[in-house]
Amino acid sequence: MADIVLDKVTKKYPDGALAVQEVNLEIADGEFIILVGPSGCGKSTTLNMLAGLEDITAGELRIGGERVNEKAPKDRDIAMVFQSYALYPHMTVRENMAFPLRLAKIDDKIVDAKVAEASKILDLGQHLDRKPSNLSGGQRQRVAMGRAIVRNPKAFLMDEPLSNLDAKLRVQMRTEVSRLQKNLGTTTVYVTHDQTEAMTLGDRVVVMRGGAVQQVGSPQYLYENPANLFVAGFIGSPAMNFIPATLENGELSTALGTFPLSDKVRRMAERGRRPVREVIMGLRPEHLEDASMVEGANSSRGATFTTQVDVLESMGSDKYAYFSISGKRASSAQLDELAADVGVSDLGAGQTVARISAASRAKEGSSLDVWVDLDKIQLFDPESGKALTYSD
Amino acid sequence: MAGIGGAETTGKKARWGLVNVVVVVYALFPVLWIVSLSFKSKKAISEGGFFPTEWTLDNYAAIFSTTEFIRPLFNSIGIAIIATLIAVVFGTMAAYAIARLDFPGKQLLVGVSLLIAMFPQVSLVSPLFNIERALGLFDTWPGLILPYITFSLPLAIYTLSAFFKEIPWELEKAAKMDGATPGQAFQKVIAPLAAPGVFTTAILVFIFCWNDFLFAISLTSTETSRTVPAALAFFTGSSQFEDPTGTTSAAAVVITIPIIIFVLFFQRRIVAGLTSGAVKG
Amino acid sequence: MSTHAAVKAKPVLSEGKKAERRLGLLLCAPAAFIMIAVTAWPIIYSFWLSLQRYDLKFPDKQEFIGLENYTAVLSSPYWWDAFGITALLTVITVVIELVLGMALALVMHRTLVGRGLVRTSALIPYGIVTVVAAFSWKYAYTPETGYLAELFGGAPLTDKASALAIIASAEIWKTTPFMALLLMAGLALVPDDMLKAAAMDGASGWQRFTKIMVPMMKPAILVALLFRTLDAFRIFDNIFVLTAGSQGTGSVSMLTYNNLIKGLNLGIGSTMSVLIFVAVAIIAFVFIKVFGTAAPGSDNGGKR
Repeated sequence: MADIVLDKVTKKYPDGALAVQEVNLEIADGEFIILVGPSGCGKSTTLNMLAGLEDITAGELRIGGERVNEKAPKDRDIAMVFQSYALYPHMTVRENMAFPLRLAKIDDKIVDAKVAEASKILDLGQHLDRKPSNLSGGQRQRVAMGRAIVRNPKAFLMDEPLSNLDAKLRVQMRTEVSRLQKNLGTTTVYVTHDQTEAMTLGDRVVVMRGGAVQQVGSPQYLYENPANLFVAGFIGSPAMNFIPATLENGELSTALGTFPLSDKVRRMAERGRRPVREVIMGLRPEHLEDASMVEGANSSRGATFTTQVDVLESMGSDKYAYFSISGKRASSAQLDELAADVGVSDLGAGQTVARISAASRAKEGSSLDVWVDLDKIQLFDPESGKALTYSD
Repeated sequence: MAGIGGAETTGKKARWGLVNVVVVVYALFPVLWIVSLSFKSKKAISEGGFFPTEWTLDNYAAIFSTTEFIRPLFNSIGIAIIATLIAVVFGTMAAYAIARLDFPGKQLLVGVSLLIAMFPQVSLVSPLFNIERALGLFDTWPGLILPYITFSLPLAIYTLSAFFKEIPWELEKAAKMDGATPGQAFQKVIAPLAAPGVFTTAILVFIFCWNDFLFAISLTSTETSRTVPAALAFFTGSSQFEDPTGTTSAAAVVITIPIIIFVLFFQRRIVAGLTSGAVKG
Repeated sequence: MSTHAAVKAKPVLSEGKKAERRLGLLLCAPAAFIMIAVTAWPIIYSFWLSLQRYDLKFPDKQEFIGLENYTAVLSSPYWWDAFGITALLTVITVVIELVLGMALALVMHRTLVGRGLVRTSALIPYGIVTVVAAFSWKYAYTPETGYLAELFGGAPLTDKASALAIIASAEIWKTTPFMALLLMAGLALVPDDMLKAAAMDGASGWQRFTKIMVPMMKPAILVALLFRTLDAFRIFDNIFVLTAGSQGTGSVSMLTYNNLIKGLNLGIGSTMSVLIFVAVAIIAFVFIKVFGTAAPGSDNGGKR
């Protein structure tokens, strides 16, 4: 087990494409860290560089304090779980798991013991003599994990290991991966494009975009204090609502109405100099509520507007109310990029969603008074995408 | 025709069964006929019935007692095996490069092999006839092996590169992560996965070489290198076989045996080999 | 820890790229060399031979005569007869093979019972030595010996029309399975759901075939047709065994062979070789340009 340090690690392809630029990251021993971002953001390239499957163009990679840039994958003592699991189809489960040990020329008895132990942890005991093609997706996934853990490596690298599983199994395996990592205490770098996995699994999350690190922090911190529009839009489900707004005299005027800024927000926003400016207001769905559901004490730090509910989805625990906003849309390069990744034409599009109490009596097609938690409003600069409300 | 979905009723099954019988009879009829001929005595041959009225092994005894058949059989086996080995080795190298590596001239190589696949072989007979006489290759094993390799290389390259593209190459990375050297990764992971494709290709190439007739009769003149298909055509009129029907049939059956074995045991692979890459791109 | 500051990371990939290119060329070299040495050089040599008077029976009379051989061949009724026969056989066999091959492909693809058996038997005609099959047919149509001779008027191989029909049928028997296999690969690309959707939209079986399957399979059909056409155009083995080209059943390949090996006339033989090469090139060109056959990289070398 060991810590991993990336010091200005850069990947540049011969055709000039910059896949990863100057990534600095210190991963503590035993830490579970998540690299997250849309496809093409450089997270897999970073992982492959950690693995030694791709060369590092510039910068330095240290594992356990030792520079490993030039080391072959086999000499780095790290294990990897692949998205496709990469199980050897011509070997049984037992042979698959024993493969790294056999290559290391470990004594047969120890190999057997280690495979038995791993298969017990992963509940694969009765499948040891089957071929991967006869296993279910979840079982294959566990064999891939087993092949990684038998060696007691310095670190685990996981490349979207759950993305080939169906939704229900993915949730189940997510907990299993988390539990396994905690029990083993092995440093783990986990790549995913799924923000839910990022939020639930990691000690810390690294959000990447276009080869550069956008923000690093604990899931809760990223959620509450996104550094820019990209992180704000990427973390959280349903995604944050983005509404164009004008900031003037301590008030925000938007298509929904004019909101006073809370002291907290104003203090942070006013660090900028210009008195009037166009901003993008970010509102998380959970910071909107059916006004009739808000207790008196809370309502004081909020404002209310009225809108028409287009669609109402009941999730059981709460309800999602969708409503549209007239007027221009929030636009920014970072938002466009996020939208392209999700596959919709425009994230700043008129649809806004509020996550309201299950007890709400809101109806589709009728009007609703919506309460806004003014303390939680985030403001962004449309040009740079930077959060105006971000405090380091 | 296109019976989609639906329950597998017995009526449907019976209809398919009938269709299958038609196909099987269609495919096997000429083969059974020549087998039947090969077991007929001289008298039975002239009777003209489908099945022998009088069974005999004389025809087989006759062909295996003359170098007129044994030598060509030896030639056929030797030439086909050597040509197959070389074509598969070279084909594997080229197909690996095509499937896995990026290098200039790749498209050109693919284009050239395509051209050769379509090439009218008879166009090569004239020049090769003369060139081989000049080089002393005429009527020798290499004289046949060379054109066989050439014409089976496109087949080998296409089939193999289609197979190689199917191999999950991520396994190579996985093996490296598991601590394998590049050599071990190839030997323990990639080679076992590539082997079926190589084997299938070898069968297809062997069938091609085994079948050739045009080069065999054009580029040979004596028993030293004449293969069975060519020798069969010259059985006629030999003093040894006054009526060559029975003996020709027996020889024909003998050279059909390897084909039948391949087809019986490796049907799935041959189908996969012939159809791989046939519809891609 | 001590070394990391000293060793500067250098971009190794461009090196790797170079090595990859070198390896690629190296791996392809033997195959490319053999293919070119055994085809490109002879075809050029063949062209040169075709411009000579070169009869091995009179080797002293070898001389450069320009296009005289071409004039001789192209004004010869033998050449045009053989060309006509070849073209006729090509068209007839390819058309029938397409129809039968499609039927066989559907059977192999869809049969509910005995799929393995059907595929195995279908491979036999593909795999069997053409000469062997040709002998089987020949003996079947030989008077006294054959079970089919009486059915077709005694000695069908001695009559031009029936001999051609027999040659065509032998050719069709042998290569329909190959056609079917190529088409089956195309069939596998037609999603079942799409056929179900068409059935729900009210398409009959025949309509599903013509409106969904055939258009979806077009690339596979064209590739199969291209390869079979070029293959059929070089028909030789069946004719050689069945009629040896008598009764005016010789193909261009037969004629070339006879001029070369029997007549030992290298000049004329080479001229015919070049002409056949040109004819094949034209057929391939027409297929690729007119029908838009997706050619390179989409075939597996249609070999019998």
